[in-house]
Amino acid sequence: MKTVCLYFQVHQPWRLKKYRFFNMGKDHYYLDDLLNRSVMQKVARQCYLPMNALLLKLIKENKGKFRCTFSITGIAVEQFKAYTPEVLDSFRELAATGCVEFLAETYSHSLAALASPEDFTEQVKLHTAMLKREFGVKPTAFRNTELIYSDEIGKAVADMGFKTMLAEGARHVLGWKSPNFVYANAINQKMRLLLRNYKLSDDIAFRFSNKSWDQWPLTADKYASWLASDETTGDVINLFMDYETFGEHQHADTGIFDFMKALPKAVLAKKNELEFATVTETANKYQPVAVLHCPHMMSWADEERDITAWLGNELQNEAFSKLYAQKDKVMALNDPDFFYVWSFLQTSDHFYYMATKWLSDGDVHSYFNPYDSAYDAFVNYMNVLSDFIIELDAALAAKGKQVPSKDEKADTKSGRRNKVTVK
Amino acid sequence: MRVLMFGWEFPPHIAGGLGTACYGMTRGLARNGVEVTFVVPHAYGDEDQRFIHIVNASDVDALYGATGSDADDILAKMSFIHIDSNMVPYISPEEYDEYHKKYVESGQRVWSTTDVWKQRYTFSGKYGANLMEEVARYAVVAAQVAKELEGQFDVIHAHDWLTYYAGIAAKRVSGKPLVVHMHATEYDRSGENINTQTYAIERAGMMAADRVMAVSNLTRNIVINRYGIPADKVVTVHNAVRFAENSTEAPERGVKDKIVTFLGRITYQKGPDYFVEAAAKVLKRLPNVRFVMAGSGDMMNHVIRRVARLGIADRFHFTGFLRGEDVHKMFQLSDVYVMPSVSEPFGISPLEAMRSNVPVIISKQSGVAEVLDYAVKVDYWDVDALADAIYGLIEYPALSNMFASKGLEEVTNLKWNDAAAKIKAVYETVIEENKKQ
Repeated sequence: MKTVCLYFQVHQPWRLKKYRFFNMGKDHYYLDDLLNRSVMQKVARQCYLPMNALLLKLIKENKGKFRCTFSITGIAVEQFKAYTPEVLDSFRELAATGCVEFLAETYSHSLAALASPEDFTEQVKLHTAMLKREFGVKPTAFRNTELIYSDEIGKAVADMGFKTMLAEGARHVLGWKSPNFVYANAINQKMRLLLRNYKLSDDIAFRFSNKSWDQWPLTADKYASWLASDETTGDVINLFMDYETFGEHQHADTGIFDFMKALPKAVLAKKNELEFATVTETANKYQPVAVLHCPHMMSWADEERDITAWLGNELQNEAFSKLYAQKDKVMALNDPDFFYVWSFLQTSDHFYYMATKWLSDGDVHSYFNPYDSAYDAFVNYMNVLSDFIIELDAALAAKGKQVPSKDEKADTKSGRRNKVTVK
Repeated sequence: MRVLMFGWEFPPHIAGGLGTACYGMTRGLARNGVEVTFVVPHAYGDEDQRFIHIVNASDVDALYGATGSDADDILAKMSFIHIDSNMVPYISPEEYDEYHKKYVESGQRVWSTTDVWKQRYTFSGKYGANLMEEVARYAVVAAQVAKELEGQFDVIHAHDWLTYYAGIAAKRVSGKPLVVHMHATEYDRSGENINTQTYAIERAGMMAADRVMAVSNLTRNIVINRYGIPADKVVTVHNAVRFAENSTEAPERGVKDKIVTFLGRITYQKGPDYFVEAAAKVLKRLPNVRFVMAGSGDMMNHVIRRVARLGIADRFHFTGFLRGEDVHKMFQLSDVYVMPSVSEPFGISPLEAMRSNVPVIISKQSGVAEVLDYAVKVDYWDVDALADAIYGLIEYPALSNMFASKGLEEVTNLKWNDAAAKIKAVYETVIEENKKQ
């Protein structure tokens, strides 16, 4: 019996508006409302609503045998609330079935794990509180932003009380080993790891509609036979993908919904061969076969499966270090308006837009990118961040507090601060 | 006296020093009683099949905004001719290719021939397939213009190398004397790795001309030494600056920090990297300064990377390309203006900054340094001296006030009327010489 673990990642960033030097000091609203609204409404219409309805139907039809797992970022939930509250309701319905598990992650889909353990913990706490508040669930398993993982991060996550964590089944880390087993973290062996089977996951997420692929068209029966076949060895088959795969990356007319509609039946038809389970259920079902040594950062992104998509050039490093240098000030100020901006500025997408490695995965990068170039993205982000820093320093000065960040002496002479207006 | 001038469109239609200089100069000439027939390339695309457009002076006025109460008598002395062409100032052959590709992709027709000089008026389509072809095509049309205007002008004046063939063609057709104006040399644009075709056209234009006008002694020396033009043929006419009649109110300052500005194309010629290095040095000492680089260009990405690597991106901002009112606004927001050009034939932008009461730092390698006393002058490569100067102008108000007020006075005295009088004298000389031949 092999366990099929379906996991979907739900995330939309708050996109920044074109913020010019001339706006600095005057305009403290940083978001592109029109773009954010239109993207969210489009994705809700094409993906979230139809797919949630389909999953709900499948769960009911299969009487608990079809199970899956979600992680939803706090930033995505904020946008559901602002633009498409019906999506949030449909996720709540899924949560109520008991067949869907929700994972913990960073609230802002942030790179906090790469900044410091404190930033990381803070972000995870925020997200866990959000899950409790919105869905009434307490997560036991964890997925980090973009499946960024290392031994150290795994240990930090274990220290936060989680028992299971997701990671990429990266070939350079696994070597000859198969991703189709449960592994353990190298430092804290109580922490169980589920590794993504990138081949079978990407068959759906990337290759499904590719007509030059020799397996096109992919049917549910064919796919289920691959999962059941002896060539797919091991205990678990971890199919992790972006939720937007369904209806957004793979448009409805590719037949992706029909595929998904038929998949549970096709899988469950392989009696005593295949079953569905959520992440925590899967991890508890099997003993770890080995520890996974992963001293360096890995992720699920790009051919390299490393973190260079977000921190791979000087633009990204500069923006990242300047952002996290503000942390002490934001904490000292303890103002909800500033927390709000601080939260969405951390989203990894902003750094992804600044990537300049276009060789192997340029088309994937540009697909997700609202900017013409990495340089535009950087300049715009830094303009926003600079204004945020000015406001932050002014607010601190007004409060009589001053926490100069490590690499910068703040100008705190200014007095009155304009309130950051947020929805 | 009547002049047939091959120039460039006026601001705000075309940004950059060339259009601005043409504007100031023609106005100055009109004030000096010179009638100007002003021929400019203007891209009409496929909307109109004519090659030459006679444009009403009053239309031009409307097109370029109100020129002030005294404009009428000046415009009465000018007529405008647009030649349908997609040439723009400062364009390099490589950039033109890029530009042209877009044009072709837009589904429009292309004019192509192997020997442009033999073509008459039998164009099958539009715009040359590369810049050199377009320059030659422009010349063919220019010759036609000169023929049609026969007897209506006494001298020909061509600005920048793109119009030199046009000037030569007009001279051949009319037999009138030709004056070419060197606003920049290929060495200014490209350093030592010059485009030899461009160089050849510049040289051909200057050789064919009766006089060469250089915008500074710096440029005059380059023309003499590197192009081998006889020294007695080359005269220096410094540019001037025009005061806008209605100065707008100062924009509200958003940031309280001092602002140090670089405004111009972000290219090798303008020395943007020296500005960045100096900024990093200043920021080590002064917390309350922000640097702004306004403009765009082929070195922009390189500069952004350098700024990120130096870790000063929260205090060093990029505005992208600015036009019209934004340029003015940027000057007004500035506390110090820096022009660290590696090679600048003249450099009109510091004058515009001074006009906005901003103290300026300019490189010794700029033509404008020859006419300014109240500007801090440093070698472009001397990053320490540049950082020192920025620091001084920010920290010592006595210094910046002195430079700002004396500078304003100085720049007010650089009048296009005076420059135009000098140009008129050159016209008179060449017309006189031409008669003797």
